[in-house]
Amino acid sequence: MAKVFTNIGNWFNERAPGLAPMYRAHMTEYYAPKNFNLWYYFGSLALLVLINQIVTGIFLTMNYNPSAAGAFDSVEYIMRDVEWGWLIRYMHSTGASLFFVVVFLHMFRGLMYGSYKKPRELVWLLGMLIFLVLMAEAFMGYVLPWGNMSFWGAQVIISLFGTIPVIGGDLVQWIMGDFLPADATLNRFFALHVIALPIVLLLLVVLHIAALHEVGSNNPDGVEIKKGPKGNRWDALKPADGIPFHPYYTVKDIVGVGFFLMIAAFIIFFAPTFGGWFLEHDNFIPANNLATPSHIKPVWYFTPFYAILRMIPSLFGTALWGVLGMFGAIALLFLLPWIDRGQVKSIRYRGTGFKVALALFVVSFIALGAVGAGVTAEVIPAWFGDVDVTFWENLFGRTMTLIYFGFFAFLWAYTHYGWEKTKPVPERVTTHD
Amino acid sequence: MKRYIFPVALAFSLIVGSVSVHASEEGGLPPAGTNVHDQASLQRGAKLFFNYCVGCHSLKYMRYERIANDLGLSEEDVMQNLNFTGAKFGEPVVSHMPEASATTWFGKAPPDLSLEVRAKGVDWVYAYLNSFYLDPSRPVGWNNTVFPNASMPFPMWELQGLQVAEMKPAEAGEEPVVEKLVLSQPGKLTPAQFQQATRDLTAFLEYAAEPAALQRHHYGIWVLLFLAFFTFLAYLMKKEYWKDVH
Repeated sequence: MAKVFTNIGNWFNERAPGLAPMYRAHMTEYYAPKNFNLWYYFGSLALLVLINQIVTGIFLTMNYNPSAAGAFDSVEYIMRDVEWGWLIRYMHSTGASLFFVVVFLHMFRGLMYGSYKKPRELVWLLGMLIFLVLMAEAFMGYVLPWGNMSFWGAQVIISLFGTIPVIGGDLVQWIMGDFLPADATLNRFFALHVIALPIVLLLLVVLHIAALHEVGSNNPDGVEIKKGPKGNRWDALKPADGIPFHPYYTVKDIVGVGFFLMIAAFIIFFAPTFGGWFLEHDNFIPANNLATPSHIKPVWYFTPFYAILRMIPSLFGTALWGVLGMFGAIALLFLLPWIDRGQVKSIRYRGTGFKVALALFVVSFIALGAVGAGVTAEVIPAWFGDVDVTFWENLFGRTMTLIYFGFFAFLWAYTHYGWEKTKPVPERVTTHD
Repeated sequence: MKRYIFPVALAFSLIVGSVSVHASEEGGLPPAGTNVHDQASLQRGAKLFFNYCVGCHSLKYMRYERIANDLGLSEEDVMQNLNFTGAKFGEPVVSHMPEASATTWFGKAPPDLSLEVRAKGVDWVYAYLNSFYLDPSRPVGWNNTVFPNASMPFPMWELQGLQVAEMKPAEAGEEPVVEKLVLSQPGKLTPAQFQQATRDLTAFLEYAAEPAALQRHHYGIWVLLFLAFFTFLAYLMKKEYWKDVH
């Protein structure tokens, strides 16, 4: 048997001599730092969810009908009449939300350990592009079931482009292909959701990983293992603190996958709507342009950005500022490698100012999510009784918006003017013998 | 291991907190107390649905055959005792009421109820069914405290009896508000029996909104047990491989 495998291997080697070295360069001879912690599971988990979305998505398209007249019915057909259709659909809808959970944690890991800093700026930029495309992908996917929240969400989000001076109105019509979200809109969103954006996403993921493997992985100590001592058990010229990605991190990631799948399976089988967060009540009502839902709000993963949009007031007769604020909140993340001038990467050796700022940034992000999801509008009257809800919500939301943007301003000043008191960074990762 | 406890606990409490805040959106209604795994309850609910609701409301995504299979009923049971529309066994439950006349009679065609529980919540439906009261000012003579000015008459009045509203004294310049509902004339069922009946009906609608729930719960346990075992083995494998990493 072993001989058969050797022969097959040789057969490929003769015809494609580049394959085996490529496998080695990215798997068995890609040396990753040996001190990865819990935060380093989310990259491989994001890849797992991406594959899940593609596979379940393929099966969904087999029975989904991308038309305004048939979309809603076809989703219920999948839920009831297609063999295992309910499982495929819940895997896809739960996967969408978990994709953002995993990606947010993955990005936070980058912030904590300075993974966006030199020499990994390109890795970070490609990652941010993935995030941007993922948001477009998720938005269009959300429109496809053609529930009432799909319809009104599409209406509100596409209308944002209407705030652009001069061309705004025409642009909105061009995007929708109609005067309101309709058959044409649904058809093009379907095409973009199942073909165009997934291709872009896959390409970006390949580039993201390629760029990472070019410079090597960062780690919780923010130490460049390539600059440290050489020589490990496998190779005398490779970093002493590196271990081969395969098998060490593949077997470790499988444990992460196991835990992750348990959480995912629990949601899929026992709480697929997740209390209205993953599948919203109003989206079980068919799209109806005459019946506006009582609260139009995007799915949870867009709510922090949506809150920034809502909290920035209209000035000079245009709501453009909110739209700029919302996109600016994402654009600033792109610029992070150049905003943060600090040389020390990991939060373990950075100044207290950075730690406090990062904590506040996370708090503001979650708080804005609560504002955008309408949680504050519920909680304020429930906790504080008869008060001016809009006033307090705006005060809270605007404070949080200022903290969100303040993080970037502070980080620039803090590192540019040398106010940061860092701790000495060790020569090697802290867990070595 | 210890340093993971705080972040994991924080993440867990955030998730639980956010779900419970969101779940309260239904707004302080009493819990319906339904159980979709109680087949007898679903059968009683189905009987009520086909006696009192299907005259106006469809379940257009539910097939008679599926109801029979899931509720443990035979084809004869369903076709003779539940199917009054003359539909075939494999066809969906569609009301015979013509939409045009329905709109003339009630001002609005009665909605399809296939997804009502998923759209409104199970507690809402249960509360709605218990909150009809006589209101001569409404076109059909009925009103509802959970869904004020609903255009639906109350077909189950002979079971519940007649409820009337006791109004709170209106404050200057404001509309009077219903303080509570009282039974002015008892029906065929006692209040407790009627609550159970509406609970059964709500359970049937909950089932109809997502028949897959029965399968989800059934398979879910085994999937989780398998994954727990898989993760345990994966952990042992990881430990074995990492023995020599220091």
